[in-house]
Amino acid sequence: MKPAPFDWHAPDSVAEALALKAQHGEAARFLAGGQSLVPAMNFRVSQPAVLVDLNRVGLEAIEAGTDGSLTIGAMARYVAIERHAGAAGSHPILTEALREVAHPQIRNRGTLGGNLSHADPASEMPAVMLALNARLRLRSARGMREVAAADFFVGPLTTALAADEMLEAIHLPALPARTGTAWLEIARRRGDYAMMGVAAVISRDAAGRCIGARIACCSAGPTPMAAPLAAAALVGTMLSDADLDAAAEAVRKEVAPTGSVQASPAYQRHLAGVIAQRALLMARERAA
Amino acid sequence: MTRPLQVTIRINGSDYTREVEPRLLLSDFIRHEAGLTGTHVGCEHGVCGACTIRLDGAPVRSCLVFAVQAQGHDVRTVESLGEPGSLSVLQQAFRDAHGLQCGYCTPGILMTVSAFLEENADPSEEAVRHALSGNLCRCTGYQGIVDAVLLAARRMRGA
Ligand SMILES: Cc1cc2nc3c(=O)[nH]c(=O)nc-3n(C[C@H](O)[C@H](O)[C@H](O)COP(=O)(O)OP(=O)(O)OC[C@H]3O[C@@H](n4cnc5c(N)ncnc54)[C@H](O)[C@@H]3O)c2cc1C
Ligand code: FES
Ligand code: FES
Repeated sequence: MKPAPFDWHAPDSVAEALALKAQHGEAARFLAGGQSLVPAMNFRVSQPAVLVDLNRVGLEAIEAGTDGSLTIGAMARYVAIERHAGAAGSHPILTEALREVAHPQIRNRGTLGGNLSHADPASEMPAVMLALNARLRLRSARGMREVAAADFFVGPLTTALAADEMLEAIHLPALPARTGTAWLEIARRRGDYAMMGVAAVISRDAAGRCIGARIACCSAGPTPMAAPLAAAALVGTMLSDADLDAAAEAVRKEVAPTGSVQASPAYQRHLAGVIAQRALLMARERAA
Repeated sequence: MTRPLQVTIRINGSDYTREVEPRLLLSDFIRHEAGLTGTHVGCEHGVCGACTIRLDGAPVRSCLVFAVQAQGHDVRTVESLGEPGSLSVLQQAFRDAHGLQCGYCTPGILMTVSAFLEENADPSEEAVRHALSGNLCRCTGYQGIVDAVLLAARRMRGA
């Protein structure tokens, strides 16, 4: 099908884009890579009167901080992040998870900012952002504010963004030394949305004791779902196989999957336990 | 209330200047305005890959880009690869290895694979299958397509 008519603006600066969004409010949508918005418009599920195209405003930079942190502009395309040497070094889980996001043709166009703003609970990156404790920079003509990923995702396809706000950049704090990360998912076919996906981040001290853990899942509830109880149970342990098994069992209990055409909630919950156990094993090896 | 805009889009090295509504998809500009009907349209939501073209070299879905967005960018379609009588190595390999039956998916697959082989001169079968994951074919069962891509890679390497 074809989209309903709309007015198209392609401003050259963030300030102009924000002014347009402030002027048109809910009637206007930002257009980033278009890989979620345009299908919705083609189906007329979404019929914005105005599109504010962000493809000329910049916001594509990916900057590796000297401290091991990473700042990603909202308009950085998946493919640019996937191929960024600094990102692969500081936060290898990005590359690992991005390979599972859709297909190369979609990743050539889709942006991290558009993906997070879309806030699909079945999507990989929101869960990865929770596991990495990302901070998101939101900007409007009124000013700038920062929110934690955990506060950004408020429901299915719903975020903390106000009608006049854009997601401007994503900041990933440095991972401590001796931190291992892993992304693992199970999908029916390569490139499909996962029936369940798990991000695991484990930090150890010099003696091997776990000093920090974060776990988050996609397709596991109304938003990307962190598993704080499972993560807390790992801290202080020596990360034995039994410790990981117990944490995986806790993940299985913590998720709240709602089911899809491909998988029942019970099967998704089962997968959560299985993949969490495998992802934790991988993260543990990589934290050595 | 949608203003028609004048755009000039460079496709396969030629400029096409037209007045279009912002909602016109690039796939429809290519087919109906430029008359290049090699680019096919299957699903119009990014899933089937039939409409894959190269935008500034990168394979993308032309059904998920508005024509007005392509101004100032380089668009290449399947017509840029070769012609009957002078097929590209890739096209010839598809012919030789039975990489198509009805041919509906073929233009999108060729545009995807042409970019893939530029970066992967000697791909494994697994890598080829991964590269093809975003293109649906209802006829071949994919085996012929995978064979064709591997054959093209071999020929391009001169092996
Ligand atoms: C065939 C196919 C398969 C896919 N498979 C997967 C998959 O397996 N996993 C997955 O995670 N995703 C998948 N996707 C979706 C893909 O990841 C999208 O690209 C992504 O969700 C949206 O990013 P975008 O840049 O294309 O945003 P757009 O589609 O342009 O925008 C998405 C939404 O965010 C808003 N928006 C965009 N940028 C901003 C901003 N900076 N500030 C505020 N609001 C903004 C838009 O107004 C819109 O509402 C798939 C898509 C397709 C077509
Ligand atoms: S028509 Fe564009 S992907 Fe199917
Ligand atoms: S050859 Fe018919 S769809 Fe692929």
